[in-house]
Amino acid sequence: MSICVANISKSYKNVKALQDISFNVKVGELFGIIGPDGAGKTTLFRILTTLLFADNGRATVSGWDVVSDYKNIRKSVGYMPGRFSLYQDLTVEENLQFFATIFGTTIEENYDLIKDIYVQIEPFKDRRAGKLSGGMKQKLALCCALIHKPKVLFLDEPTTGVDPVSRKEFWEMLKRLQQKNITILVSTPYMDEAALCDRIALIQDGKILEIDTPEAIVKHYPKPIYNVSANNMYKLINSLNAYQYIHSVYPFGEFVHYTDKRAEFNAVELKLYLESKNLSNIRIEKTVATIEDTFMELAK
Amino acid sequence: MGNVMKTILYIIQKEFKQIFRNKGMLPIIFVMPILQLVILSNAATFEVKNIKFGFIDKDHTSTSRALVEKFNASTYFDVLTDFSSEALASASMLKGEVDVLLNIPQYFERDFQKDKYNTLGVTINAIDGAAAGLENVYITQIVQRFNQNLKVDLMQITDQQVQAINIETIPLFWYNETLNYKTFMVPGILVLLVTMITLFLSGMNIVREKEIGTLEQINVTPIKKSQFIIGKLFPFWVIGMGLLTVGLILAKVIFNVPMIGSLPLMYLYTSVYILVVLGIGLFISNFVDTQQQAMFISWFFMVIFILMSGLFTPIESMPKWAQTITEFNPIKYFVEVMRMVMLKGSRFNDILPQLSKTALYAFVMNGLAVWSYKKTD
Repeated sequence: MSICVANISKSYKNVKALQDISFNVKVGELFGIIGPDGAGKTTLFRILTTLLFADNGRATVSGWDVVSDYKNIRKSVGYMPGRFSLYQDLTVEENLQFFATIFGTTIEENYDLIKDIYVQIEPFKDRRAGKLSGGMKQKLALCCALIHKPKVLFLDEPTTGVDPVSRKEFWEMLKRLQQKNITILVSTPYMDEAALCDRIALIQDGKILEIDTPEAIVKHYPKPIYNVSANNMYKLINSLNAYQYIHSVYPFGEFVHYTDKRAEFNAVELKLYLESKNLSNIRIEKTVATIEDTFMELAK
Repeated sequence: MGNVMKTILYIIQKEFKQIFRNKGMLPIIFVMPILQLVILSNAATFEVKNIKFGFIDKDHTSTSRALVEKFNASTYFDVLTDFSSEALASASMLKGEVDVLLNIPQYFERDFQKDKYNTLGVTINAIDGAAAGLENVYITQIVQRFNQNLKVDLMQITDQQVQAINIETIPLFWYNETLNYKTFMVPGILVLLVTMITLFLSGMNIVREKEIGTLEQINVTPIKKSQFIIGKLFPFWVIGMGLLTVGLILAKVIFNVPMIGSLPLMYLYTSVYILVVLGIGLFISNFVDTQQQAMFISWFFMVIFILMSGLFTPIESMPKWAQTITEFNPIKYFVEVMRMVMLKGSRFNDILPQLSKTALYAFVMNGLAVWSYKKTD
């Protein structure tokens, strides 16, 4: 096991940030912590990166205890905090050089690891980090977190505030890093990114709702789910909420995801009901659940 | 070991790069102190000059004119106005046009000859108490000297022989013979500048890493706190020593302040002293989250340190409890040492008490700072 978390709890005054969290991450696994803002993701990362003590429970990273062996952990993990935390007034190259030096290594020594990423920002290596675009900053931060060839990489919301193209590129980079046997723990509030992980933990209000592969989590969704659309989205949602057999309704792009209380769902009946509410262009079709649906169901 | 040194050196290098890239920082470090030294040393003098002097001469005799002439001859007084009445004179003082009024009564010369005694009216604007006190001393000196001459001129020889023997004091101002205030102030202001700049910079520096989040990233690296702190603070130690050098050169070139004592001794003391300031800066930065807070707290200490340093008000005239507090004021020791070494030529043994207290202070302060730095981990 690369990361073992056992019954970790942490409170800030009267806020319970983490409650009895347990999970394991295998070597070389890309593990996602998925949850909304304030779910406790950053607190968990800070505990695992030895920046914060847990109130209860134990955790090990690469076999080292986060409390007693923190020195070894600091040598062998890479950490990318949620906020861009490099020196804005140093250049791209100087930042990288700085982190290489304090880890007692050189850029040349581990260049092959960061090469794929670094070549993209190398044309700007003399530019100050503060003057880079959001996506470039992200790439630089990843390079700095990788420069000492860590065994485990902690990425706290690495794609928050990054454009969709850069986000996609970033996840491709993570997939490539995984090939090099680096364990990656990544947190994100974006459900679409969850599907790219090997396994995910859904977390809310400091509690883990479920841990499994994205495919399995989706399969766990208990009910058939329907895409419903009509000419007036707002009215449609209000009408569905007033429907006597409703189980759940969430807007989902151009559709509404609807589930029914009954075991036997009757589409014709629903259509008639909606028509009675003066809605037109009504379409009802069965669809597959997404991670977001599962999350909403679990978080209910 | 080699690796440790390499890391520290790299942090120092990085720190210098950042300082020199900060366009706002450079003028603060080098231009501001120089300007302050030049301006403050010229302005912050205790001498009272160009006193606006007015008089009412109701006597109009050669004696009264001679007295006014004495004031005119003095470099301290600018004789401005001859008022015709007391009412006019008072109105003028109310407007702030005169600082000192001399009222020479009618029959001044006649009565003096007759009674061998007379009185003069002196009115001083005492809004500034310190200046008024000095003005009084100047006036008394001039009148006394005038008195002596007058006795000789107006009295008979027999009278003089009966006169009691005068005791005259001749003050000698050692180590600053001409009582030149610049000689006295320049070392003091130099001390303030070195302290202020190093305290503010070091106090704000580590907080800056907190603010921009790099400290969090640094904490998840194998770097040791001590390496990091040394690497971060050493540049400010160098800047402090650099400021001392610039200040000493200015003191010599612009103000021609005598430098009797040994320069290496000054540098030795300063090198220990800056450690105290850096320790205080680090200590402050451990308890705050933003540079703004660090700045305010640094200012708070700075103001107390300056006002209780003996630079502007003598420590001897402070109440007992305040004197006890000054024992914990590092600036006090620095001011003492700089003045002792520069003006008096004190040697190592003379400044040993101050040096050892400062060294102890540096040790305690840095110990506290490092301890609290670890605690906030």
